[in-house]
Amino acid sequence: MSFLSIRNLSVRLKKGPPLLRRVSLDVQAGEVRGLVGESGAGKSMIGKAVLGILPPSVEITGGEILLDGTDLLRLPPKDRRRRIGASCALIPQDPLTALNPSHRIGPQITDRLVDILGWPRSAAEARARDLLAEVQIPEPDRVLRAYPHELSGGMRQRILIASAFAAEPKLIVADEPTTALDVTVQKQILKLIAGMQARHGTALLFVTHDLGVVSKVCQNLSVLYSGMVVEDSAVTDFFAAPRHPYSRALLAATPKYTDPAAGLTPVPDEVIAAVRAEVAAFDAGGIA
Amino acid sequence: MPDAGQIDGRSLIRRRAGLRLWLSAGWLTLLAAAALLAPWIAPKDPLAQDLFLGRLPPFWMAGAEPGYWLGTDSLGRDVLSRIIHGARVALMVALIAGSITCLVGATLGLLAGFLRGWVDMVISRLIDIWMAFPPVLFSILLIAVLGPGLTSIIIAIVVIDWTRFARVVRAEAMAQGAMDYVASARVAGRGRIGTMIREILPNVLPTIVVLLTLEMGIAVIVEAILSFVNLSISTDDPTWGGMIAEGRTSIHQAWWVLVFPLITLFLTVLSFSQLGEGLKDRFDPVLR
Repeated sequence: MSFLSIRNLSVRLKKGPPLLRRVSLDVQAGEVRGLVGESGAGKSMIGKAVLGILPPSVEITGGEILLDGTDLLRLPPKDRRRRIGASCALIPQDPLTALNPSHRIGPQITDRLVDILGWPRSAAEARARDLLAEVQIPEPDRVLRAYPHELSGGMRQRILIASAFAAEPKLIVADEPTTALDVTVQKQILKLIAGMQARHGTALLFVTHDLGVVSKVCQNLSVLYSGMVVEDSAVTDFFAAPRHPYSRALLAATPKYTDPAAGLTPVPDEVIAAVRAEVAAFDAGGIA
Repeated sequence: MPDAGQIDGRSLIRRRAGLRLWLSAGWLTLLAAAALLAPWIAPKDPLAQDLFLGRLPPFWMAGAEPGYWLGTDSLGRDVLSRIIHGARVALMVALIAGSITCLVGATLGLLAGFLRGWVDMVISRLIDIWMAFPPVLFSILLIAVLGPGLTSIIIAIVVIDWTRFARVVRAEAMAQGAMDYVASARVAGRGRIGTMIREILPNVLPTIVVLLTLEMGIAVIVEAILSFVNLSISTDDPTWGGMIAEGRTSIHQAWWVLVFPLITLFLTVLSFSQLGEGLKDRFDPVLR
C-alpha cells in the first residue's frame, strides 16, 4: 500500500473557481514523485493540502488524503497536526523567508524536536550537528549559533534540507526547492536532496516546473494543467513517449542548452485549446 | 579629512544610533531619578506659596533670588521644584498607560493579523469604528464620565490609543504570517497560538518597542493636555500641563513659568520616540 494516497481531491477558492479538480496520485514509501505543471496549475496547492497549510482563502470541497491509510481530512485538527508533524516535513521554496530571522539556526532545528516530539535537548543538538555535517556545511558549530541573515542562500537551503530530515519523516514535500537559487547552486542542492532521500529512504513529493530536474531525481511524475492531472507516468516512460498531447508539448518546450540556436518552442495554441476543453468538459460533468 | 571615506556605512549608522540612544536614555534616566527622589532633591516645597516672592526670574537674570533656580510663578511657588514633582505624574502616566495600551493593542493586532478569519473581521471593524471618534473630545468625555484622577487619565489613554498598536501590529503579523517559516512551524506540529508567540511575535517585537516608546511620549502629551484643560488630577499636585496652563496667563510678565515646563515636556516626548528608534537599531538582529 502506498504511504500517501490522494483520492479525488478537490480544492477551490472560497466561493470561487476550482483550483484542484479531483486530483488523485500515490506516493509509495521511498518513492520520489515529481509534480509538474505551469504556474497556477495547482502543483504547490497539492503539497500544501497534504501538509495542512492551505491558505485561509481556499477550501477543500471533496476527496481524501490518505496518509499511511488514515484519511487526514477526517481527523480532528489537533490529531491531524500531530500525525503530519510526526511523519511529514517541508522543504520550502524560498530559503530567504523560510528561516525565522529572529532565531539562531540551532534552535530552529532543535526546538521542534524538543518541544513537539519530546527529544532530550542534548540528543536534538547532537542530531542537528550531524545533519549539518551531512549536508556538507563547514563549521557546523559556528553555523548553529548564526542568525539566518549571516548565511548565504545556498547555505540556508542546505539548513532547510537538514531540518526537514531532522525527525526522520516518511514523506517530504519539496516545494520548488531550487527555484530561488543560482543555477550553479541549484545543481549541488538537487544532488544533495537526491542523496539524502536515497540514504534516508524518505518518500519525496517534488514540486517543480523544471522537467530537467524531474528527469534527474524522480521515478514517477504527475503532470498538472489547471488543477487536473493530465498524465501520471513513470519518468522513463514519460521521457520516452509522453501520452498526453499537453505533456508532449511541455516536453518539446523545454529549452535545449545543447542547441541554443533552436530558440524556444511555446506550447502550441491548439494543444492549450484542447486541454482547456478537457478541463471545461470535466467541470461540466464533475460538478454534478 | 583623508579618513572620512574609509568609515564604512555600517559603523557610521551604529554610532549615530548609539548617540541617539544614549542621549535619550540619559534624559529619561535623569527624569526618572528626579521623579523618584523628588521629595529629597527638589530645592523647595512645590506647593509652598509666598506672595512676597512671586514671579521671581530665573537665576541668570537681574532680581533673581538664590535657591529659586528657574524662578517662581505668580503665587511664589518654585518652578524647578514643581517641574521635578510634575515628572512623577508624567512618568507614571507614560509607563502605566503606555504599557497597558501596548499590551491591549498589540495582543488584539497580533490575533487579528495571524488568526485572520472572523477574529480579524471583528477586531478590524472595531478599529474602524474606534478611529471614527475624535480623540480629544472622546478623552474629555471619558474623563467627564469617570471623574478626574490618575486612573481616569490612564483608562482614557488606553481606550483611545489601543488602535494605534492594533493596526500596525496586525499588518506586520499578516506579512510575517505569509512567510515560509510559519508554514514550516505549522507542518512540524506547532499549534496556532504557539506559532504566533514563538515565530511571529519576535519578528514584530522591534515594531512594538518603537510604538511603545512613541506611545509613552504621547501619553505624556495627553496628560499635559488634560491638565491644561483642568481635567487631570487634583490641581494641587503639580503637573507640567497644569503649569503651562497657569503660565499662559502671565506669559508677558513671567515667561519662565510657561517655557521651562514646556521645554521639559518637549525633551521628554522627543526622548521617548528617539529611545524607541535607537533600541530598534540596536537590537533588531536583521538591522544589526
